[in-house]
Amino acid sequence: MNALSVRGLTKTYRNGVQALKGIDLAVEQGDFFALLGPNGAGKTTLIGIVTSLVRKTGGEASIFGYDIDRQLEAAKSCIGVVPQEINFNLFESPETIVVNQAGFYGIPRRLARQRAEKYLKQLQLWDKRNHASRGLSGGMKRRLMIARALMHEPRLLILDEPTAGVDIEIRRSMWDFLREINRNGTTIILTTHYLEEAETLCRNIAIIDGGRIIERDRMSNLLRRLHTETFVLTLSAPLAQAPALDRYPVKLVEETTLEVEVSKDENLNELFAQLSDRGIEVLSMRTKVNRLEEIFLRLVEKGAAA
Amino acid sequence: MSTVIEQPGAHPQALSLAQIRRVGFQTIVIREYNRIVRIWSQTILPSGVTATLYFLIFGAVIGSRIGSTDGISYMLYIAPGLIMQAVIINSYNNVVSSFFGAKFGKHIEELLVSPLPSWIIVSGYVTGGLVRGTMVGLLVSIVTLFFTHLPVDHPVIVVAAAALTSATFALGGFLNAMFAKNFDQISIIPNFVLTPLIYLGGVFYSIAQLPAWAHHLSLIDPILYMVNAFRFGFLGLSDVPVVVAFTIMLSAIVALFATAVLLLDRSSGIRE
Repeated sequence: MNALSVRGLTKTYRNGVQALKGIDLAVEQGDFFALLGPNGAGKTTLIGIVTSLVRKTGGEASIFGYDIDRQLEAAKSCIGVVPQEINFNLFESPETIVVNQAGFYGIPRRLARQRAEKYLKQLQLWDKRNHASRGLSGGMKRRLMIARALMHEPRLLILDEPTAGVDIEIRRSMWDFLREINRNGTTIILTTHYLEEAETLCRNIAIIDGGRIIERDRMSNLLRRLHTETFVLTLSAPLAQAPALDRYPVKLVEETTLEVEVSKDENLNELFAQLSDRGIEVLSMRTKVNRLEEIFLRLVEKGAAA
Repeated sequence: MSTVIEQPGAHPQALSLAQIRRVGFQTIVIREYNRIVRIWSQTILPSGVTATLYFLIFGAVIGSRIGSTDGISYMLYIAPGLIMQAVIINSYNNVVSSFFGAKFGKHIEELLVSPLPSWIIVSGYVTGGLVRGTMVGLLVSIVTLFFTHLPVDHPVIVVAAAALTSATFALGGFLNAMFAKNFDQISIIPNFVLTPLIYLGGVFYSIAQLPAWAHHLSLIDPILYMVNAFRFGFLGLSDVPVVVAFTIMLSAIVALFATAVLLLDRSSGIRE
């Protein structure tokens, strides 16, 4: 069964902006799914329609078979959403916020309190449960929104930039937590600007741009399509111009920094041999961007040029 | 047969839509009650202080020189109107400030993404307004007892008139909050519409004392009917037929409730 099924979804805002131009998308039950796209591509509009915060102009959408036009209450009961912007009452405490949210989904108060303890502890917010939430750090506020979304233990969890502004240590602990939630059967749809995050967590991916899905594939298939990788080399001595290397496109970024594009068919020994022949000493090397980022940029740039 | 939603997770259970609605409604009301109590110095106390001042100035100082109205002391005559004034203002203000605050702070989205239908959300907020209206009404009634005795001729009419008036103005506050785009717009109606209607609605005088044109003009003020129905419950006297008053209140509630649900369904000013 599909956790989310969308057919021909369109949205035109009152100012005339056409945010979605006929989206077709299916996310299978149990998936950890990445929805990527540049700013303004239509990701948040799509999530808004599914969660009923935005009214669609046309098309159909269903959650676990519940049509959002005919069975909206049942459809919404299946969804937990972590929005991009902070949207809880800053004057209420974390415990009050999550217990109330459970109530809006019909969870009795006693059970809601048990779940509040469980999720606030798992997300390291239990010590702050009685503080006014306006005093929480940015990372804590994001974790509070995740705890809130989980209170009714939804079958589909939608995370819109959940780790924005969160430091790397907390982000990685959030990844572990989300993997665990997914292993326990919750379908997750993730939008993020940290492409490393999508590459690490998600099994399937869709890229949306200009209101259309421009790519939909398994993450592994998409990554396999990348034929070249760009390496950044730090040199021991400055260069006046980029050296000419056989079979390796090269660019001098700074006096002591080279970017070299290496095809998957080529080996790095040959590259270093050519650099040595030209008296260029390499101090360190790193990949320019992660693989997904490279594919993402190519697809989006191709879409923009079309 | 009611729809049952399956929930996975550590506490597997099946929730019916009826249970979601019942618990959801209770949660909104509890949240509203907690808000009223948390900021009691803004929600409860001011009406007690204002009522005390009214009784001191209009009742004790000026009222003693006015004499009786329909054989009743002026202090006692204005008492039901002052209680009703507090109920009206507080029912309205509770919903307009709470709902607009939720809209402004975006936490209204907590409710909009939830499975609760619009009529439950509206009912929850209106009940919150009723709770505050009742709490403040009781406080002002207690203050009243320090200044005058307060007979209750028809207790059912007292309770019904207070509850229906409170619901009417709570719904008015909800609609104001739906349309408001900034904090100025939630104070315009209470200051420039509600207050004049209350003062001209027979709180401080009987419209029988007015010249004919003013008497007729007063009859288009809906608050006149509410205050008089309430006063009838206490003192057994009214400037207007009580049946007409209840008809107006019930009609207003039905019309305002339907409008509020329709607007929330369409989410004018909330959803895009």
